[in-house]
Amino acid sequence: MALKRKDILGLEEITREEIELILQTALSMKEILSRPIKKVPALRGRSIVTLFYEPSTRTRTSFEIAAKIMSADTSSIAPSTSSVVKGESLKDTILTLRAMRPDVFVIRHQASGAPHFVASLIPESVINAGDGMHEHPTQGLLDMMTILEKKGKLEGLTVAIVGDILHSRVARSNMWGLTKMGAKVRFVGPKTLIPPEANRLPVEVYTNIEEGLKDVDVINVLRIQLERMKKGLFPSLREYTHFFGITKKRLKLAKDDVIVLHPGPMNRGVEIMPDVADCEISMVTTQVTNGVAVRMALLYLLLGGTGDALAS
Amino acid sequence: MATQTPQVMDAEEIRRALTRIAHEIIERNKGAEKLGIIGIRRKGVPLAKRLAKLLNEIEHVRVPVGILDIGLYRDDILTHQPTVGQTDIPFDVNDRTIILVDEVIYTGRTVRCALDALMDIGRPAAIQLAVLIDRGHRELPIRPDYVGKNIPTSRKELVDVQLKEIEGEDKVYIRKLDE
Repeated sequence: MALKRKDILGLEEITREEIELILQTALSMKEILSRPIKKVPALRGRSIVTLFYEPSTRTRTSFEIAAKIMSADTSSIAPSTSSVVKGESLKDTILTLRAMRPDVFVIRHQASGAPHFVASLIPESVINAGDGMHEHPTQGLLDMMTILEKKGKLEGLTVAIVGDILHSRVARSNMWGLTKMGAKVRFVGPKTLIPPEANRLPVEVYTNIEEGLKDVDVINVLRIQLERMKKGLFPSLREYTHFFGITKKRLKLAKDDVIVLHPGPMNRGVEIMPDVADCEISMVTTQVTNGVAVRMALLYLLLGGTGDALAS
Repeated sequence: MATQTPQVMDAEEIRRALTRIAHEIIERNKGAEKLGIIGIRRKGVPLAKRLAKLLNEIEHVRVPVGILDIGLYRDDILTHQPTVGQTDIPFDVNDRTIILVDEVIYTGRTVRCALDALMDIGRPAAIQLAVLIDRGHRELPIRPDYVGKNIPTSRKELVDVQLKEIEGEDKVYIRKLDE
C-alpha cells in the first residue's frame, strides 16, 4: 500500500489504514537512528522547506534531522527574519518559495487552517507542523507510535489527555488518531480548559482528575500554555497544580503498567511533577526519538512513487 | 498478469542446492568461524536461516543471522514506492565475512542496494553473495559466489520461488508474463 494523498494536514481526515502504514514505516525507520551512520539515500536530490511562523525547537529540528537522515536538503525559514516582517502575505511567501522548486513544505502557523490554505495553492506536498488550535498530526502520530511500541497495540486502550485541551492541537490530533485506531480517549481538565464542543467529539470528559485517571493505560499530559493563561481560565498555577498536576500519588489511580507522555516543553512542577517527568514510565525522550522516525516515514511516503516495486 | 508453467525445482532439489551451497561456503572460508549470514528481506531471510542451520549441522558453529531491508536504497523510489521493512542485524558486521542471501538474482540492482545498505551499517571483512536462482539478465557487474541453480530465462518470464516459511511449501516456478 502507498500513501495516496498529497498532504498531511490532520488526523481527522486520514484513514485507519493510512495511520497503520505510517506507523509501520516509522517503526522500520527507527532502526536507522540506532546505526553509527545515520544516513540513507532514499530522498537524495529532494528539497524540503520548513516555514515556522511560531517558535519551535523540537518540531523544526526533528523535521530537519529526519530530512537529512533521508539525504534530502532542507531550508529553514524563520518569518521573523524574512520578508514577512516587511508585510508579505502568506500566499506571496509560499509562491516565492515555490518558485525555488522545493518538493515539500512543512508549515507551522498560529492560524488554524493555514496549512490547508497553502496546500490548496500549490501542487507540492504540505505537512502541517501545528496550526493554531486545530491539529498537530505528526505529534499525534509519534504519540501513537510510542504507545504502540510500549503496549503492543492501540485497540482497546484508554488514554487520558490531561490539561489545557481547549488550546491544544496535540489533544485534537491524538483524539482523532487514537479513536480511529480503536482506543478510548478521555479529556481531563478544568471545565474552562475543555472545548465547548467536547460533547460532540468522540471522547469522555472528566473535570475530576481522580475519576479521569482511574484505570487508564496512558496519561498524556499537556503543557499549560502560560502565554494563553492571561485570560483568567483558572485562578492560579498553584491551584491548577493542586487539582490537576500529575503526581506519583495520582499515577496509582491508573493501571499498574501505565505510561506517561508529554509533548513538551514541560512546565515541571506545574502540570507534571519532576519525579514523574524523570521516572521510568515517562516516555518523554522516547517521544522525541519517535518524532524523528515518524517524520522520516512521512517524508518518504509523500515523496516516494505510488506503484508497487518490481522484484529484481 | 502471468501464466504459470511447470515447476523447475521441488523441495528436495532446493534442500540439496542449499546443502551444496553450505559446503561451498565452508570450503571457501575454511570453516564457518567469523561468518555472518544476512538475508535480504523478504525471501532471502528464510533461506539465510536455513543456511545457518546447515552450517551449524556440518561444522557445529552457530553462525549469526541478520535481516536486511533494502527499501530505502532502491534507485526507483520516485517511480515505485517500495514497502519499507525493518533491518535487524543483531551482530557486529565489522571484520566479519558476510554471506548475503537472496532467492533470485536478476538485474543485480537489489544486490547493489544491499551492498550499499550493508556498507552503511559497518565495514565487513568481505561480502559473498549466495542465491538460490540465477536467472541472468544482469544490468550491473555483479556475480554471485554461490548459486543453487542457473535458470536461463527470457525477460518476459518471472521466476517464482515459493518457500514453506512463507507460502507453506518449497518449489520454484517460471511464470510467463502475458503479452
